[in-house]
Amino acid sequence: MARIEFLSVTKTRSIDGKMYNVLDDVSVAIEEGTILAIGGPSGAGKSTMLRLVNRLESATSGNVLLDGVDVSTIDPIELRRKVGMVFQLPSLFPLTIQENLTYGPRLRGVDPSSLEAKVREVLDMVDLPDLSPGRSAGELSVGQQQRVAIARTLMNEPEVLLMDEPTSALDPTTSKSILKLVCDIKSKYGITVLFVSHSLEHSRLVGDRFLLIVDGKVIEESDIEAFFRGPQTELGRKFLAGELK
Amino acid sequence: MEYISLSYTSLGIAVLFIVSAMAVSFRYRLGLEKDLAVGAVRAFVQLTAIGYVLQLLFVSEKWYYVAIMLAIMLAAAVKNAVARQSVQPKGMFTTLGISIFVGSALTTAVVIGIILRVKPWYSPRYLIPLAGSILGNSMTGAALALNRLRSDITHRKPEVEAALALGATSRQAVMPMIRDALKSAMLPSISSLMVVGIVHLPGMMAGQIIAGAYPVDAVKYQLMVVYMIAAAVAITSMMVVYLATNLFFTPDHMLKIEALGST
Repeated sequence: MARIEFLSVTKTRSIDGKMYNVLDDVSVAIEEGTILAIGGPSGAGKSTMLRLVNRLESATSGNVLLDGVDVSTIDPIELRRKVGMVFQLPSLFPLTIQENLTYGPRLRGVDPSSLEAKVREVLDMVDLPDLSPGRSAGELSVGQQQRVAIARTLMNEPEVLLMDEPTSALDPTTSKSILKLVCDIKSKYGITVLFVSHSLEHSRLVGDRFLLIVDGKVIEESDIEAFFRGPQTELGRKFLAGELK
Repeated sequence: MEYISLSYTSLGIAVLFIVSAMAVSFRYRLGLEKDLAVGAVRAFVQLTAIGYVLQLLFVSEKWYYVAIMLAIMLAAAVKNAVARQSVQPKGMFTTLGISIFVGSALTTAVVIGIILRVKPWYSPRYLIPLAGSILGNSMTGAALALNRLRSDITHRKPEVEAALALGATSRQAVMPMIRDALKSAMLPSISSLMVVGIVHLPGMMAGQIIAGAYPVDAVKYQLMVVYMIAAAVAITSMMVVYLATNLFFTPDHMLKIEALGST
C-alpha cells in the first residue's frame, strides 16, 4: 500500500498569456490506507493535485512522492498502473463492459480470457453482480457507467485511487451509493484514496482527513470530524459556512 | 496526332465563363466578384509562369533543375497542408514535411523506376506531372488526417485521459482516433476509385486524349494514377498520424493541452 507526500509543490499555468500558480507551495502527507477528502472553491487546484500524482501533469517545482520515491522518476506507465484514477464523467470506451474492464490488463499483454473471475469480482465489488459483461457500455445509466469506470480502475489492482469529483454528475441517491462504494473499496483493499469533491457532505461521508485548498494554497489539513466541528482558520469557517465559492 | 492549339484570342473568349460566374455572384449578392476576378488573374499568372518554367525544364533536361522544381513543389504542398490546420503547434511543419516527402517520394519512385521505367529517371515530361499529382493528393490526405486527429483528440479528451490513467501509452490511448483519422484521409481517394470513368474523366486522361493519345492508352495511365494516389495518400496519412503523437503528447505520455486548441 502506499503513502503519498507533496513537498512544496507549485504548479504554474499560463492562462491568456498570464502566469498563475494553480498550486502554490503545497505540502501535505497522506498516510497509507486513508481517504483524504480535498475541498475548496472551483479553480482552487483540487483536480491539479490529483493529476500530479499520476503524472497526467507535471509539477513546476517541488516533489510528489509515492512511498518516498519522486513520481517524476517513475516510468509514467508503471506509475499509472499503481495509481488509478476515476474522473467526473465515467469516460467509458465505446466498447463492451468486458472490453472496458479488461482494457488495463490487456495493455500489459494479459489474455482477457484468463480474467473472467477478476471481472466478476470487480463487478461484485461495485455492486453490479448481475451485469452481463457482453453488453455495450453505452447502454448503461450514468450511475452504472461510473461504477463500471471504478471497476475498470480496480482491474489494475491500484495502490492509490484518485477520485476527481466522481459524484458530481450523479443524482443524490446514486451519489450516496458511490460514496459507500468508495468506503468499501478502501476497507477491502486498504487503498489510499484522494477524493476531490465540491460537496462538503460527500467529503464528510467518505473522508478520514480533510484538506482545504483555496487559490492553490493549503489552508487547513486535519481530521475530518475535527474540521467539521470547528475549522482552525477564518477561511475554513467561511468555507464551511458556504461563503467561499 | 494533331490537336487544336489554343490562341490567346480564343482564350480571351473563355474569360466569359468567369464573367458569367461573376454575374451569378452579383445577382445573388454573394460578394464573390472580386475573388473571382483575383482568382482568374492569379490562375493566369501562375499557370503562364509554370508553363514557361516547364518549357525551360523540358529544353534543358538537367536533373538538378528538375530536382529544384520538385523541391519547390514539395515546399508549397507542405506549406499548404500546414495552412489548413486550425491549430499549429510547434513541430507541425516537420511532421507534415516528413510525411508528405516520404509518402510522395516512395510512390513516385515506384511509378517512375519500376512501372514506367522512365529513362533518364528525371525526364521532366513524366516526373513533373506525376509527382505533382502525387504531391497534391498527399498534401490533402495529410492535412485531412492531421486536422481530424487533432479535433478527435480534443473532443474525446476524457476518453484519452482515461486510457492514459489506466496505463496506456499515448499511441495506445489515441489508437481509435488514429483509425478514424486514417479513414477520413483515405476515403476520398477510395471513392474516386469507385466513380472514376463513370462520373467524370479525370484531368490527366482528358488531357492525354485531347493531345492525341489513344483512349485505351490514356486509360492505362489513368489507372496507374488513381492506384498510385491511393497508395500515396495511405502512406502519407499513416506517417502523419504516427508522427503526430509527438505533437500532442510529451515523451512522458502527457497531453499537451496547448497543442490541441478548442475545436
